[in-house]
Amino acid sequence: MSSNRRLIDLILAPLAGLGMLLAIYMVFIYVPSDQAQGIVQRIFYFHVPLAIMTFLAFGVVAVASVMFLWQGTRFWDRLAHSAAEVGMLFCTLVLITGPIWARPVWGTWWTWDARLTTTLILWLIYAAYLMMRTVSGPGDQGARYAAILGIVGAVDIPIINRSVYWWRTIHPAVLVTREGSSGLNDPRMQATLGFCFVAFFLLFVWLVWVRNENARLRDAVEGMRQHVLTGHEA
Amino acid sequence: MLALLRKDLQIEFRTKETLASLLLLGLLTLVVLSFAFDPASELRTEAAPGALWVAVIFAGVLGLNRSFLAERENECMQGLLLCPVDRGTIYLAKTLGNFTFMMVAQLMIVPIFVFFFNLPMTLGIGGVFLALALGVLGFAAVGTLFAAVAVRTRAREVMLPLLLLPLVVPIFIAGVKVTGQLLAGKPLADVAPWLNLMVGFDVIFLVVGWLVFEYAVEE
Repeated sequence: MSSNRRLIDLILAPLAGLGMLLAIYMVFIYVPSDQAQGIVQRIFYFHVPLAIMTFLAFGVVAVASVMFLWQGTRFWDRLAHSAAEVGMLFCTLVLITGPIWARPVWGTWWTWDARLTTTLILWLIYAAYLMMRTVSGPGDQGARYAAILGIVGAVDIPIINRSVYWWRTIHPAVLVTREGSSGLNDPRMQATLGFCFVAFFLLFVWLVWVRNENARLRDAVEGMRQHVLTGHEA
Repeated sequence: MLALLRKDLQIEFRTKETLASLLLLGLLTLVVLSFAFDPASELRTEAAPGALWVAVIFAGVLGLNRSFLAERENECMQGLLLCPVDRGTIYLAKTLGNFTFMMVAQLMIVPIFVFFFNLPMTLGIGGVFLALALGVLGFAAVGTLFAAVAVRTRAREVMLPLLLLPLVVPIFIAGVKVTGQLLAGKPLADVAPWLNLMVGFDVIFLVVGWLVFEYAVEE
């Protein structure tokens, strides 16, 4: 690895690791339990940053996809793919932690409100994106198709969000629930949430970095293999 | 572009294959969905708009697959790409072709839908067709783009619904809402926000598709 990369790796990994450890400490020991919701509320400190990160990840996928179609360099494609995989992971975690929290607090595992439904659809788009890469033909085809999906998906997500929101709120008879109201009065709670954002962001960056390095090395190996093959075939 | 469109329409009206499949599949979906609800229950009327749009989507996915399947044979795709036209134009021609096929099928499906679900033949039907047209256009816009992509992957026909269904959720929601309200006798003005959403969706994705299509078909 070049020295710059090694440096980044050396800094990111412990930073992310320490950040997460500290976050866990804060969530489980430091912060007081919510009065109304009890211990379950602590999931909130994981759930919200995860959610923000998964949408951020898709933003990265979208931008990288546009850049890839425009510039054509492998760098953008690898970045998009890495961000998509990490984003998918975070999205899955959001969809798992959410219902775990919701069941005791709202009394139901799932509602079809705008945020949940949009996240579910985001998950489906991530799944389609990753599948696209698996089933595509050789060469750049998979990368290009995935990039198209990334762009269309990103444009669509706000529209989906709006339409589901209207779907739920135009009929007042429907139960409209509000997610984790920010009844975060205790400054310790706010501090914990804020710190968790930072910790999860670091985790996100580190995971994308590692995955990206993996992709870069895979490309390099593939390049060497091609070189060797064509060299000998000449 | 008109020539391309004419080509697709000519091929279709000679064989009527796609049209027949669209019609039959739409019909079958309606029939099967009819079995999902007890004929006597209230649920039927409530679920009717949903049933119609599910039928539209299922039949639509099939029709879209076929539109590019034809191009795969005899290297037609290469021939198409050699035309001195902008790739975006090919996209628009294909989209309009798909849109036309689907709408023609809808002309026959909607009366049968009204018939099966025992709905009053109010003047709302005109509005329903408007909603269908807008919805089908949006569906065709996104669908044509991804059909071009899907038929060239290993998973072929399976990929298209996987890609398409999450993306057309706004169209589906809006379509069902509008259809439901119009059939219940509400005036068009009531459903205007939903129609606006559909128009917005159509415009946005026609533009995106037009811009991005060349990446979908380059070798």
